[in-house]
Amino acid sequence: MLIRYLSQIGKYFLMWKEIFRKQTKWSVMRGLIFKEIDDLIIDSLGIVAFISFFVGGVVSIQTALNLTNPLIPKNLIGFATRESVILEFAPTFISVIMAGKMGSFITSSIGSMRVTEQIDALEVMGVNSLNYLVFPKLIAILLYPFVIGISMFLGVFGGYIATVYGGFGTSTDFIEGIQINFIPFHVTYAFIKTFIFGLLLASIPSFHGYYMKGGALEVGKASTVAFVWTSVMIILVNYILTQLLLT
Amino acid sequence: MIEIRNLEKSFGESKVLKGVSAVFETGKTNLVIGQSGSGKTVLLKSLLGIFTPDVGTISFNGRIYSDLTSDEKRELRTEIGMLFQGSALFDSMTVSENVGFPLRMFTNDDKHKIQDRVDFVLKRVNLIDAHHKLPSEISGGMQKRVAIARAIVNNPKYLFCDEPNSGLDPNTATLIDNLIKEITEEYNITTVVNTHDMNSVMEIGEKIIFLKDGLKEWEGTKEEIFRTDNVAIVDFVYSSNLFKKIREAYLKESH
Repeated sequence: MLIRYLSQIGKYFLMWKEIFRKQTKWSVMRGLIFKEIDDLIIDSLGIVAFISFFVGGVVSIQTALNLTNPLIPKNLIGFATRESVILEFAPTFISVIMAGKMGSFITSSIGSMRVTEQIDALEVMGVNSLNYLVFPKLIAILLYPFVIGISMFLGVFGGYIATVYGGFGTSTDFIEGIQINFIPFHVTYAFIKTFIFGLLLASIPSFHGYYMKGGALEVGKASTVAFVWTSVMIILVNYILTQLLLT
Repeated sequence: MIEIRNLEKSFGESKVLKGVSAVFETGKTNLVIGQSGSGKTVLLKSLLGIFTPDVGTISFNGRIYSDLTSDEKRELRTEIGMLFQGSALFDSMTVSENVGFPLRMFTNDDKHKIQDRVDFVLKRVNLIDAHHKLPSEISGGMQKRVAIARAIVNNPKYLFCDEPNSGLDPNTATLIDNLIKEITEEYNITTVVNTHDMNSVMEIGEKIIFLKDGLKEWEGTKEEIFRTDNVAIVDFVYSSNLFKKIREAYLKESH
């Protein structure tokens, strides 16, 4: 069992090496990168915006409902929403959701190419299939922090709308709350996490899709396994990075 | 010409190829036949470089594959056209894009030149009207023809076909067989076809290699198949009553 896990980890790092060996022609690669930006980034914006707005709202409502002590200022709603959204919700929670959305898309699309011998066809033609399939995803995912930036903004905005229009606090209190004790490094920390989560989001599902064996049923299984491992790695790396960067 | 010498390949405890040697000649349709599990696919995938043989050599016009560097191997692969059993067309590309793919990847030709070449090969396989369609919008036979067009668009020196007419109706199967034979002669390429379809053997088999349990059991032409006394190939080829009767008629006529 342990040997199998170690061998899989070794294979995963060898995959990284292979991705950067023998590059696909730039004129072809350019088109692939734009397609991946569309599939992975643009197509994720809708769901990210929706979730961020409403979860931001829920965070602020729950904070407001827990402020029973009249001595605690109302601007704490804005402060708590900002901290929760920027530090954890946008980079980590959204990445776990994206492990399901982007991850299963990546695993199933590469996995079905494996099942239908399309990857063999690429190899037989002399194409470095890992570079052709995975490299454009890695480049596209460099725009992932942009998605998380939108998520942060909409999360806080959702909190503002819920607070003000739900009657939990005033606009002035909320805006004051999101400005107090602001530590710019928290945003840097969030984007460092986001960048690393993005690489995990693109590479782990690609690994599971590329090296899968079997038929259509196994494509589904590989997607599930990829989601589980990507989520586990995101949570684990989140812990390590938090320990390294915030303590 | 492709020459294989003493090829052996095992998967764990199971030895699939047990020392196969053969020569696949240029300008001829070379057929590899045998029952399921005889090692045909492993042999073909070894020729393609997908599997690395444990023992033995494969040489492409004198270039021994295992002696080549990885760049030389990739270079050699650009000289290979492959027709996969399931066609292996790229789902997200149209017929025209599929056929033009090797040209976009490996040549510096401009769009117009690529399109001209794509149109030429699509005409050759009688599919010029389907150029804008996706693989999912065309029939299995048409997909096979698109795959043939893609395999020959780069003027390959070697063409490999894995069960080219599996799942096709008899008419389409014959059409595909004839197309492979014509293209082999027209472009003077070394074609290796992996099949267990006896109609293909009779239609296009110029040189036939029969594999049994990972060994080359018999080698000859389609005419020699009628006269052979080799029990294994007689059992395999003439397992159907129709072929048995054809053979009896042939032997009677020749006496």
